Amino acid sequence: MKSGPLRRRKFLQIAATAASAAAVSCGGGKSPWRSFTAAEAETVAAIADRVVPPDAEPGAGQAGALNYLDRQLGGPLKKYRKAYREGLAALDRLSVAQYGKAFTGLAAADQDSLLSLLESGKAPAAEWKPSQARAFFELVRDHTMQSFYGDPRHGGNREYTSWRMLGVPPASVRGRNLYDLSGEGLASRPGRTKWRSRG
Amino acid sequence: MALSRVNAVIIGAGAGGGIVAKELAEAGLSVVLLERGKWYSAFDCRKDDLRNERTGPLGTGFGPDEERNPRVLVDLDGTERVFMPNENGYQNNAGCVGGGTFSYGAMAWRFMEKDFRMRSTYGAVPGSTLDDWPISYADLEPFYEKAEYEIGVSGDLSGDPFKAPRRRPLPMPALFPKNREYQVLRPAAEKIGLHPFDIPMLRNSVPYNGRGPCMRCRWCVGFACEVDAKCGTHNTVIPKALATGHCQLRTECTAKEILTDSGGRVTGVAYFDGNNWLQEQPADLVIVSAAAIESARLLLNSKSAKHPNGLGNQHDQVGRNLQGHTYSGATGLLEEEVYDDIGPCASIAICDFNHGNPGLAGGGMLANEFIRTPYQFAGATPKGVPRWGEAHKEFMRRAYRRHISVKGPTQEMPVYDSRVQVDPKMKDYWGQPVARLSGGRHAHTIEIARHQAEKAEMWLKAAGAVKTWLSLAGPGLSAGQHQAGTCRMGNDPATSVVDQTCRVHDHDNLYVVDGSVHVNNGGFNPVLTLMAIAYMASDHLKRNWKAKG
Repeated sequence: MKSGPLRRRKFLQIAATAASAAAVSCGGGKSPWRSFTAAEAETVAAIADRVVPPDAEPGAGQAGALNYLDRQLGGPLKKYRKAYREGLAALDRLSVAQYGKAFTGLAAADQDSLLSLLESGKAPAAEWKPSQARAFFELVRDHTMQSFYGDPRHGGNREYTSWRMLGVPPASVRGRNLYDLSGEGLASRPGRTKWRSRG
Repeated sequence: MALSRVNAVIIGAGAGGGIVAKELAEAGLSVVLLERGKWYSAFDCRKDDLRNERTGPLGTGFGPDEERNPRVLVDLDGTERVFMPNENGYQNNAGCVGGGTFSYGAMAWRFMEKDFRMRSTYGAVPGSTLDDWPISYADLEPFYEKAEYEIGVSGDLSGDPFKAPRRRPLPMPALFPKNREYQVLRPAAEKIGLHPFDIPMLRNSVPYNGRGPCMRCRWCVGFACEVDAKCGTHNTVIPKALATGHCQLRTECTAKEILTDSGGRVTGVAYFDGNNWLQEQPADLVIVSAAAIESARLLLNSKSAKHPNGLGNQHDQVGRNLQGHTYSGATGLLEEEVYDDIGPCASIAICDFNHGNPGLAGGGMLANEFIRTPYQFAGATPKGVPRWGEAHKEFMRRAYRRHISVKGPTQEMPVYDSRVQVDPKMKDYWGQPVARLSGGRHAHTIEIARHQAEKAEMWLKAAGAVKTWLSLAGPGLSAGQHQAGTCRMGNDPATSVVDQTCRVHDHDNLYVVDGSVHVNNGGFNPVLTLMAIAYMASDHLKRNWKAKG
């Protein structure tokens, strides 16, 4: 598929822009994202990569969680923008209080501990009310799952990453000629992408 | 200014309203069919797993409009929350031509004889308004048959020894070939003495009614059928109604209230049209078919000096006994792969546990589920498996293609205080009070649901599941797509809203024809029963009309 590598390259460009913007402005200046400052965007991608971490296959960060959220927070999920703004700031305050640096600067294991703390509802009240911390974690967890396992048209699941991983074929082209329901057709669907699961 | 008078105005072009429209129009009555949603077609199958009627984090698939139609839900602890149609607490059913039948999974069950005689069968259940219907299965049988043939049902019931008596077989054979889950579950059920058979579905398995058969894709429940093989009112009776020339379908028209004259007699309907203009449609007959929540809301919002508490509500019955189905069951992890991407996946059922469960006042059908999308499955991990992180990802890889889910609609014990009211403060886009939902499930419903889940688990273990986990119900409100019960059918006006013919007590020209009239909701998906009731009510309406000349 010709558009595949192009889209990946474009993503890398955007990611690089985001990273450099963050380095220069520390989140204050111009952000390439519509719903996040550059620093917020980095934190979102970092959380996403802990919710679905990269291993032999890409994690949610590489699969476009940030792109998904940036688009959807400007549309159907717009009512959660405030929750993200407040939650991401609180997460960094908590991170600085406990580890002396922002969330994105932590090792993966420390990031996991912090997120588990939010999930358990026991995050220190100075930074959070417990219910808010848990609610924020649940929000990001659910949205990350949407981005990673949902349809790529919404900005995540880049190149059908997760469907490939699970062995789920992409949506078929309209029409019925691709469906051979004779005995053998069920075993090997002609014309359809065959992906094997790795599990 | 009022529009010109018609014989009948029907509010809601769903499973009930579509059928009544066709029956009355074919009998020569002039009919206006109002629908608040749009008329979608097979080309609106977007295969969007984040925006459909089953899973909607990014919106509903087929309405209602996400910004104009809020509802208030009161939790069991008294907390009030506002919900939009795509959010879980809203209890949505699609708002479009065809209603739920446009995007449903299309299971086509007849209730059993005992489902109409629950009180006689099980006695009173404390804390529940469980009762007998004023009609029997035998009264409804001819209309079940009519629904099966006119709308179109496929399946094979020969393996079901528990089914109620029927005169004719289903018009279409079961889907073929069978999917992998069917092949695994069938011998497993037979091994442990159960009676498995092919799920009856409002779905073409062969060409029928001028439309082709199911193409077995996974975009089924919650989606529009891309090849128009699912049979709903949108592609059967509504086109027939329009073809008579006697029926006018008006889409994007939202009913405001039912109008009455100074004597309290119903005279028509006021509604907001697609341009938000207030219109008045006078009619000889008014038929409310807006589904259990919105039908009750419309009656309650139709207040006048003669009817200060809303229409049909002089005994405070409208909106009571709100129910749906308590879905429970189990998921099993097998050693071999069973995912074959052959839709709709749901294929095999048992009715061994609908009735006769020791100590329980009911039960329900159990069947394998429709295909779970990856996002749905990601949120359904068992206890002990982390909900995120490396272990969750590994679980997804290991389990997605190796799991089977068996679930079913547990018969609910109706609760008097589970109800629809109109909210004193919250208004919709047009300024009308919104539905206010409150109450919860009866404790015995939850007991029955647990029993059903354990039976599902037993079946899965017999099928070779190496790990199983149960899906159980909480105490919260149940309604959703199977919403029912809010305008109960009965002979006593003090404890019901409509009579055996779906006519509202004390009115000669006001009817409710949808799931609202169900006395209970059976242990089955309720749509075929709803359709049969719509045919039965239409039969009465037509005969009554002729008698009056």
